[in-house]
Amino acid sequence: MNRRSRAGAALLALAVAGGLAACTKADDEAAGPVTLNYWLWDDNQKASYQQCADAFHTANPDVTIKISQSAWNEYWQNLTTQIAAGDAPDVWTNQGSYYPQFVSSGQILDIQPYVTADKVDLSQYSGGLADLFTKGDQRFGLPKDWDTMALVYNTEHFTKQGIDPASLQNLTWNPTDGGTFEQVIAKATVDANGRNGLDPAFDKTKVKVFGFLPEWADGSQGQNGWGELAASNGFTYLDKNPWGTQYKYDDPKLAETIDWFKHLIAKGYSPALDKASTLSRDALLNAGTGALTVSGSWMINSYLGEGAKLKFAFAPLPAGPQGRKTAINGLSDAIWAGTKHKDEAWKWVKYLASADCQNVVGGNGVVFPAIKSASEKALAAHQSKGRDVQVFVSEATAPGGTYFLPITEHGNEVSQIVQDAIQAAVLGADTATTLKKANEQVNALFK
Amino acid sequence: MSSTKQRDDRRAAWWFLLPVLVGFAVFYGYPAARGIWYSVTDYTMLNTPTYVGAENYTKLLADDQFWNSMLVTAWYVVLNIGSQTLLALGIATLMHRLTRSVALRAMLLLPWLVPNVTVGLLWMWLLDTNLGFVNHLLDAIGVGPVGFFTDESWAMPSVAAVNTWAYTGYTALLLYAGMLQIPHYLYESAAIDGAPEWRMFRGITLPLLRPVLALVLVVSLIGSFQIFDTIAVTTKGGPVAATRVIYYFIYQQAFKFFHLSYAAAAAICLALVLGVLTAIQMRLLRASRSDLA
Repeated sequence: MNRRSRAGAALLALAVAGGLAACTKADDEAAGPVTLNYWLWDDNQKASYQQCADAFHTANPDVTIKISQSAWNEYWQNLTTQIAAGDAPDVWTNQGSYYPQFVSSGQILDIQPYVTADKVDLSQYSGGLADLFTKGDQRFGLPKDWDTMALVYNTEHFTKQGIDPASLQNLTWNPTDGGTFEQVIAKATVDANGRNGLDPAFDKTKVKVFGFLPEWADGSQGQNGWGELAASNGFTYLDKNPWGTQYKYDDPKLAETIDWFKHLIAKGYSPALDKASTLSRDALLNAGTGALTVSGSWMINSYLGEGAKLKFAFAPLPAGPQGRKTAINGLSDAIWAGTKHKDEAWKWVKYLASADCQNVVGGNGVVFPAIKSASEKALAAHQSKGRDVQVFVSEATAPGGTYFLPITEHGNEVSQIVQDAIQAAVLGADTATTLKKANEQVNALFK
Repeated sequence: MSSTKQRDDRRAAWWFLLPVLVGFAVFYGYPAARGIWYSVTDYTMLNTPTYVGAENYTKLLADDQFWNSMLVTAWYVVLNIGSQTLLALGIATLMHRLTRSVALRAMLLLPWLVPNVTVGLLWMWLLDTNLGFVNHLLDAIGVGPVGFFTDESWAMPSVAAVNTWAYTGYTALLLYAGMLQIPHYLYESAAIDGAPEWRMFRGITLPLLRPVLALVLVVSLIGSFQIFDTIAVTTKGGPVAATRVIYYFIYQQAFKFFHLSYAAAAAICLALVLGVLTAIQMRLLRASRSDLA
């Protein structure tokens, strides 16, 4: 008994000493070397940012960057939990639909004073990306990269169907007859007897290859298809972006667009939603059961990389009544308002948003960095690997050719309501009425 | 003297119970109390919760999505418990009356040993409309493709079927264990009287199995209400809201929309429903206790 209590006392003493040691260590950190926690979700980009972190550490030996990466879904849960526990990463990567709630709850540091003091050149970033992360005269992040959308198609299948790749460069679209876009889709659709969608004997009950694969689990934005076409038809999501409070999903321009997709299904050119696959569209394209879809620049390496089973190529989106429109989406790096190392964190964010770091990221050809010159580097990196991805850059720089995805409060709830409504419409409900009802529900969230 | 000794025992007992009590208080009592507290606040995880009274509950009772998720869950429970129990009963009877092969019993348990997410992924591929093996077979016999997870009326039966596949073996094993307790001479005398197997099943197996069957039902009913992983992998609550069960609803409210207090209110409603259902079933269980005495 005696011996045990002595052992216990020794343990206790150790624990206390350990605790004290931990305390002094923490105090030291505030004064001397600093470790910043930096979070991101894309495992493809971790290596590039580690390169940046190493270079940053060489230039600032007092500051070490610890990068943590977790998958998309866990990322936001972990982040929110850590913030709630008062132990958030000093700097993290943000995206439009999750970031507004952190702004409204005061968790992100307003970096405008730093930007002004250090005279950061905001014009070096591609069109408007820097303004995406502002609210009033406050600024909650510096842009990191961007992505745009394009058509992706199975080249062999298109050649076999006699579709000239050059004809894909200037496709037109309208919600009434679908323009040359619909002609291409029809021609790319093949039934079990080898007849294409334009053949009068085409059997729509036995389709072997669908000409177009739509995405119906696409939230409130339809970034992978309906959003772009609706935008090219004159649809805008909301009154102002970012931080609008009035959505416009009841716009007939959107309903017309969805109805055109329903018409594709009725013709047999696209799979019906209740007979669609739950697998991702790239799996279906790779399996050869779909010929064409809309895809983002973040998918470049999946379609043109070594993992692809078939040969694919990108083409510009079709031009609608209001011209060609692509969503352009940007990410940013933000500083936690509760960080103990504000100045060091700002240094890191500034470095992440500088040409030094973005050139490294661009050179690896994974994403298109926000700085124009770094984007050129990414383009060159892809070209040196024999990948033609010019279309994404051309679309991004075309005047009036891009729109931003909505950034508002309640982003995830809006997403669920609108996705449910669009799916219900595609499954057979009246499009205009369904969207009108959904729009009322969405706008009620802002009251 | 003897009374002091008794009191000593009781004190000792409390010491032995202490670890469990602490565990219960820390891991059940405290979180439950916190959950109840959050359900009457406006907590979003990023703010300091303030008391809002019954607001979350009144909002919940008027929320179509909440009622839809309850209804959808009930539909799943009926489908799942029905198919799972009937199948398991059949398999257990076969194991009991026909063969007692250990290898066969082990095989039955295999699906239960596979992690649920893997089960979900496996069946998502097998049942896929476009690339799935099952639809290839259907196509070969001339039946059009079925959107098992994408058709509104098929999605829930498909999810229920997948979970039935995963859990039937386990349920069958529990029922089989129950059947082993039934004295063998009952079957022997029935056989001497010339009773056919079906008659023995109805007259001997089923009535004497009742306590075990009731227990299995209680356990699997609660388990069924907690359906989440298969849905999170295969349908994500869709198409539209056809498979957005109550757990998925709570998960979305809490971790997608960050309405922590609203999710807590929904969770407490669910706990109440489960409590009532369990109480009813426990009564049935007690009523049938004396069958084998």
